[in-house]
Order: sequence, then C-alpha cells, then structure tokens
Amino acid sequence: MTADARFTGLFWAVWRRNLLVYRRIWAINFLPPMLEPLFYLIAFGLGFSGLITEVVWNGRAMAYTDFFAPSMLAATVMWQAFLETSYSSFVRMFYQKTYDALLATPLTVEEIIVAEIVWGATRAVIAATLMLGVIAALGYAPSWQALVVLPIAFLGGLAFGAMGMATTSVTSSIDMFNLPIFLVITPMFLFSGTFFPLGGLPAWAASMATVLPLYHLAELTRSACLGLLSPASLGHALFLAVFAAIFLVLSLAGMRRRLVR
Amino acid sequence: MEQPHDEPILAVSGARKTYGAFEAVRDVSFAVSRGECFGLLGPNGAGKTTTIRMIYGFSPASGGSITVFGQDIRTGFRRIKSRLGVCQQGNTLDPDLSVLENLLVFAGYFGIPRAEARIRADELLAFFALEAKKRFQYEELSGGMARRLMLARAIINRPELLILDEPTTGLDPQSRNTLWDRLLDLKRQGLTILLTTHAMEEAERFCDRLCIIDHGQVVVTGEPAGLMAERVGRYALEVESPEEAMAVHLAEAGIRFDRSGRRLIAYGDDKAALLALRERFCAESGFIRTATLEDVFLRLTGRELRE
Repeated sequence: MTADARFTGLFWAVWRRNLLVYRRIWAINFLPPMLEPLFYLIAFGLGFSGLITEVVWNGRAMAYTDFFAPSMLAATVMWQAFLETSYSSFVRMFYQKTYDALLATPLTVEEIIVAEIVWGATRAVIAATLMLGVIAALGYAPSWQALVVLPIAFLGGLAFGAMGMATTSVTSSIDMFNLPIFLVITPMFLFSGTFFPLGGLPAWAASMATVLPLYHLAELTRSACLGLLSPASLGHALFLAVFAAIFLVLSLAGMRRRLVR
Repeated sequence: MEQPHDEPILAVSGARKTYGAFEAVRDVSFAVSRGECFGLLGPNGAGKTTTIRMIYGFSPASGGSITVFGQDIRTGFRRIKSRLGVCQQGNTLDPDLSVLENLLVFAGYFGIPRAEARIRADELLAFFALEAKKRFQYEELSGGMARRLMLARAIINRPELLILDEPTTGLDPQSRNTLWDRLLDLKRQGLTILLTTHAMEEAERFCDRLCIIDHGQVVVTGEPAGLMAERVGRYALEVESPEEAMAVHLAEAGIRFDRSGRRLIAYGDDKAALLALRERFCAESGFIRTATLEDVFLRLTGRELRE
C-alpha cells in the first residue's frame, strides 16, 4: 500500500487558526505599520532635510525621503515575518505545546511548519498593504507599479519567515533570539541600502551587502513604488526565492529533528 | 480499505523505542479489539507515554510493528490519525482561543467542514457540561473544565479509537467523577479506548483488559478480575510492624505475602484463614480488606519508589 502524502492542503487549517487569533487584536496589529511611516517621514523629512538634500540611487538623483519611504516597506516585511516565525512560533511550540496537539491530528510537521511560514508572509503582506496606503497617500508611491509591492511582500515574507523558522528550530530558549536579532537582523536593517544607498559604502562593504536578502527586497519595493521595475528586478526576486527555498529546507530539517522524538 | 471485523483495532508487536543508549521501550506487544477498553498500566518511566506516542505516530518506533485499523502507522499515518482521538497527558489546549474556538479550530485540522464542526461542537459542549462556558477564554477554565475540553476536543472527529494518557491525574474528586461518568457513557456507546493510568481504581473500573508494563516491557496481560484472582486472591491482611515469626510462618505455609517498609500484606481467597492468622499474630494491628488491583500492581512492579 502506498504511503500517505507528507504534504496536503490541510496546512491552511493552521494558517486559518493564526488568522483567527490575529483578527482578534487587529487594531493593535494594524497600528504600527500605519504609524511607523508617519513617524519616520516626519523625522527624516523635517529633521534631516537640512542635512541631506539629495541621494543618488542606481545613477538617479532623488530626494532623500523618496529614496527612504519604500525602504520602510521592505523593513516592515522583514520584521513582521521574522518576528512571527521566531518569537511567536517559539511560544506556540515551546510554551503553549500547540504543535504537540497538532501532531495528534492528521497534520504533519511539514504542513505545520509551512503553514507558520506562509502565515508570517501573510502578516507581512497585511502590514505592507497598510503601510503602502499611508506612503501612497503622502505621495511617495506615485506609480501604479506600487501595487506589485504586495506580491513582493509575500515573497519577502516567505524568505524572512523561513529564516525565522530555521532560527527557531535551533533555539533552546526564547532569550536566545536576541542574538540573531542584534547580530543579523538589526545590521541588515541598517546596511541593506535602506537608510542610504549602497553607493555610499566602500566597494567591499557594498558588495557584501548584496548577499543580504533585505537589500534585494528594498531594491524591489523602491523600484515598484517609483515605477522603475525592470528585467533586473527579476534577479532580485530570484534571489529571494532561492533564499526562501534554502531556509525552508533548513527549517523542515531542524523542526523534524526537534519535534519528531 | 475496510478491515475484517474480528481483526484487532490496534496491534502492537515487539515495539521498541530507543533514545541513544537509553531504551524507553524494550519490547511491548498487545492487541485491542473493537469496543474494548484496554489499560496500559505501569509506574512512572515505565514507557507508557512513549508507547502511546508511537501508536499515534508522534514518535517513530525504533523497532517492531504497530498497526491501527489494519494499517501500518509508518505509511498510513494520515488515514489512521483521521480516525483516532488523542487526549494527551499535559494540557495542550490552545490558549489563544476560546472554549468554542478550541473545538472549531481543532475540527478544521481534521478537514471537517465548518457547519458540521458547529453541530458537533454544540453536541460536545452539552455532553461535557461546558455550554455555559463556551465563550470562556482559556485562563478562565478550571483544571476540571480544561480536562473535559481536552476530551471533547479529542472526540470531535468521532474517532474509532480514543487514546487517553492519564486523563484524571491531578483532578479533584468531583472533576474526576464527572470525567469518569462521561468516559463510561462513551464506552457504553461502543467506543474503543486505550487508557494509561496509575490510578488503579480507574483501571479496575474501566478496563476490560489491561497490561502492566515496567522497564519498557510487558509484565502481565489479562482481565482485572482474573489478574487479581491469579496473583493475589480476594482478600488481603495488612499488618503494621508484625513480629518476625509471622513472616517465617507465612513463608513456611506457602502463603503469598509482600513487605512494604514496616507493613506486611498477606493475600488469600480464604477469609477465615486470614482471620485465623490475624488472631494468631496481630489481633491488635492487623486488618482484613478486599484485595485490589493495586496489590497486583505493587506485587509485580515492586514497592520501591520510582523517581
């Protein structure tokens, strides 16, 4: 007799569970992505405007806030997805024993982990949508191409969600997440061509930054908001897809080792 | 594929589970037939929970074979688990959800359509006297309510085999009795149950058959009454700090007895003979009682502490 499939559409049931919990505190979940761009744009628009007038991005001169606003979309995708599959998934797995209960149902480890990562990406899309609304209303996303930010956010959410889940699979206590956050996520947040173009860095540092997924995500959100999507954008998307695939494999291997005892 | 009716619902054969050098389960075999309540008894660390986890596919067995509903758990895990109800030992309710949501969301994990899940959830809430609590959040539930909800959740998929891992441990007598009533109802409806417990009263009350496992191996299998008759007899004479002459006499006369600290317990079917012993050695401190499954359990697994 053939063996049962390890992966089916049943994973949506776990995704729906997370959506149900998210909806209960939607107001709290909705606030940060809407307020954050306001705060940053006020700070950078008013405070920095005297210091930096123009930046040059990919050979194009532009106002600093035009350069920076789309970066926030990329950063919020990273934070939303990574925090969901690191802290939140860890709490469900370790403290709430939710995965133990799930494994007594027809669900498999593979379905649970994919559902968590896809949910992380979904959260990222919701946050990016709200933030895009604010950014567009303020005039920082003048092109219709800005709508492509939504699928881009999903792809980026998968990449960072998988990265968070792979981290969770090897994390023994919740305090340990400080390490990847301060050593990987925060530097990535600062050095991915988000706050300033990579052209401002020495060549060696700039080339190092191109292996960071947030760099590729920020390039994509900026191109989309400014209507500059091009064949080169596909390269960035491909990088994120490969990154997501690698970390998905690592997540599944780590979680199988951890949960199947 | 439908299995023949006389085939056991669950067959565990030579199951083994090792963690590195540690053998949690060495060799466990038993079979459970349809409609039966089968008990898995043993001291802490005997391998009960590990055995159960192998049966519901949580832990892959290191050796032996496990078939449920005629299918191998290694290949038919999804088909098996969709027909299985599992009530785990610890509380694994979803703390982010209300009582009702816990049932509805769990039904979703079995692919049960929402409308059908609603109907079943309402039935179960009524059955487990949780109707008034259905909007309760997790923190508002008492230990007894939480355990009833665990049980309700475990049967939302209308399982053919219900696995209960120490369902009443830590409950107060009221909650325990309520839970027992519900379990008895389920049993009368013909549900097949696999139960682990170290509450001997519970095992005596529910189990048609049981096996006692210790150090990862089956020590004995049988019906509770049969095991009691065979291993201890109907009565027990219990004495606090008896004179040594008593033990010597019992040994010479071939009467079964055990010692536990300062206590001595002699067993037998003949009440008059035990009364005579009491008269002779311990008229003051000895008393006669009905033998219990606990006597069998302690005879077979020893009286020393398991920690």
